[in-house]
Amino acid sequence: MAQVSIIADEQTSLSSSKSITLRISRYNPKHDDSSIFTEFIIPYEKWTTVLDAILEVKKYFDHSVAVRYSCRQASCGSCGMMINGKPRLACFTKISELNSNVITVEPMNNFPIIRDLAVKFERMFESHHKIKPYLIRDDTELESDAKEFLQSPKEVEQYIQFANCIKCGLCNSACPTMATDSSFVGPQALAQAYRYVADSRDKGKDSRLKIIDESHGIWRCHFAGSCSQVCPKGVDPAMGIQLLRGYLLGFRS
Amino acid sequence: MPQDENKEGIGGMANPGRYGIERVAYWLMRLSGLGLLAYFVAHIYETSNILRGQVGWDELMEMTSTTEGHAILAIVIGMCVFHTVNGVRVMLGHGGVGVGKPTRPDYPYVPASQNYKHKIGIYSAIVLAAFAMMYGLAVMFGE
Repeated sequence: MAQVSIIADEQTSLSSSKSITLRISRYNPKHDDSSIFTEFIIPYEKWTTVLDAILEVKKYFDHSVAVRYSCRQASCGSCGMMINGKPRLACFTKISELNSNVITVEPMNNFPIIRDLAVKFERMFESHHKIKPYLIRDDTELESDAKEFLQSPKEVEQYIQFANCIKCGLCNSACPTMATDSSFVGPQALAQAYRYVADSRDKGKDSRLKIIDESHGIWRCHFAGSCSQVCPKGVDPAMGIQLLRGYLLGFRS
Repeated sequence: MPQDENKEGIGGMANPGRYGIERVAYWLMRLSGLGLLAYFVAHIYETSNILRGQVGWDELMEMTSTTEGHAILAIVIGMCVFHTVNGVRVMLGHGGVGVGKPTRPDYPYVPASQNYKHKIGIYSAIVLAAFAMMYGLAVMFGE
């Protein structure tokens, strides 16, 4: 990977005695052979996030930096990227917590790059869609004379953790199987398969288990647990996948 | 691999430094599995030399009964013990045993599947492998 340094230290809206070097990976697959790094000196405060710093760069130094973001509060799952070598949400990562004077941001691994820090989510969404992420049953609670599907708090606890998924893709980026296997369904989709299988209102367990019980399905997970370590919402995909596999192995019914 | 794919590849898969002891165990499991496969092939070649008779067998034994040969065998012992113990841990985990129970997560979101039971299992596999290697070295070099 080639590297170029452009040190920019003009005045920004952030005024602080502390500053970091922000290294941003730049790459456009349409006309670049390899990525390069552009460096910026950015002042920061205790509360400044990596996304804030990137937006400072866009505002004052180089507006052409491509980055996807929206909510700025770890709810939309848009700003996932490699920050100092680990997949994290840029809006959920404060510069002060990284304990480093140099912050390197790169696009998430295992996702095709659109440009710079923006990656394509199509394949992850396809995998997500493949496991049928909705309740499967013959009746519906939407009809006027039907009652809602009641659940006890205990039944809700079985899946509510996995319903926190914001589809940011950090788990897929950290997964060692995804690093080499383009066809692997991935921890995001598998955790969502468990979310619906464990839902007492759902009747589609058998069809979902059939979908993931294939050569590039659940059996490619080797329980490295990296997906759970990077999840910003506490979903713990590794747990969901092992519990899901328990159904296929006969440990659960 | 095209740059557009942006896959981490083998280097990223094998990088054990970023995700704690669980990723180290994952990496050691792959490495010891490949090592044991290589030993299995070599072992079949080694034992097939008995077809060359007493002289052929003794020649091979002489070749393997060296300091380097014993060091390799000690590594094989370590790989075998780690792969077995960690394999039992992983198999139990694959069945959903010891991976925790789903619950409402609270910040800072410590993943329940990466709990102390599995960490103890990993460290036990490493320590037992080290002890087995030391025992093997003592037997091979102790004579």
